[in-house]
Amino acid sequence: MASHEALGNMQEAITQESAWSGGGSPYAIGSKKLGMWLFILSDAITFGALLIAYSFVRVGSPLWPRPFAMASILNATVMTFVLLSSSVSMVLAVRAAKLGERGQTVKWILATMLGGVAFDVLHIREWLGLIGEGVRLFQNPWGTPLFGATFFGLTGLHMTHVTVGVIYLGVIAFGTSRSKFTSEDVEVSGLYWHFVDLVWMFIFPLVYLMSAKFA
Amino acid sequence: MAATHAAEHVQVKRIFLYVWGYLLALTVAEVFLAYQQLNLKTMLMILMALSIVKASLIISYFMHLRYERQSLILTLMPALLFVLGMMFAVFPDSLRLLELGAR
Repeated sequence: MASHEALGNMQEAITQESAWSGGGSPYAIGSKKLGMWLFILSDAITFGALLIAYSFVRVGSPLWPRPFAMASILNATVMTFVLLSSSVSMVLAVRAAKLGERGQTVKWILATMLGGVAFDVLHIREWLGLIGEGVRLFQNPWGTPLFGATFFGLTGLHMTHVTVGVIYLGVIAFGTSRSKFTSEDVEVSGLYWHFVDLVWMFIFPLVYLMSAKFA
Repeated sequence: MAATHAAEHVQVKRIFLYVWGYLLALTVAEVFLAYQQLNLKTMLMILMALSIVKASLIISYFMHLRYERQSLILTLMPALLFVLGMMFAVFPDSLRLLELGAR
């Protein structure tokens, strides 16, 4: 049984400014950024499922091939380096965007795209090499048939993300040069790019290092 | 545009270089470890742990999550860790297969 005073307090509480009472952003970020974060969450779970499923069969299969000689490991390490550096250029692009430096923003986004393209080129070269050695989705000359399916599936999905990212960044760079996009748009594209880099941080050790050839 | 969000936090360039340096160092460490020919179970655990560290660095600094509202961090991270943690539950089965050897 609310007294007159308690009712007054309740009314005051309801009309008081709350982060969750509507009309604003409780996370203090725009809806585009929140949307990208939620997408990244779902994509992270997808890649997590694939990576854990792959790790399961990798560890549990006695006949898993170890096909990656030093040259392949070196190639993959260079790819890791390229992707990490592209993340730094992306971060610098976002910083330039926030400072309102349009030319610098576009320059750094282009550098990031270059990193993505370089990654794709090195990766496709590697794929062609493996295919040339006889690796198919469900057979290879060395061991468990599953090697091809897991390798091409995981790295293929990741490479698709990188390629889509390069296109996405291209659109952002173009739009930024035309003053059509804000720093928030650049930041959101940056989040996607860092996510792509993040996934590779798991793929590189689990796929390549766990199957390195020891001569 | 900036007025509708929390104060824009423009990070000093230097911290990006440090994080990049740490990430490269961790990568080199991982490659080095791979050639130590440790047993598979140990390798998996160490590589998973190092990768999680690298991922945390990227999420916190490059993706800026460290400087966002606590409510955002709490909305995203626990959910992700929970789902991934649940999936980790299959590993004892995989390790059992490893112990059983060629069958």
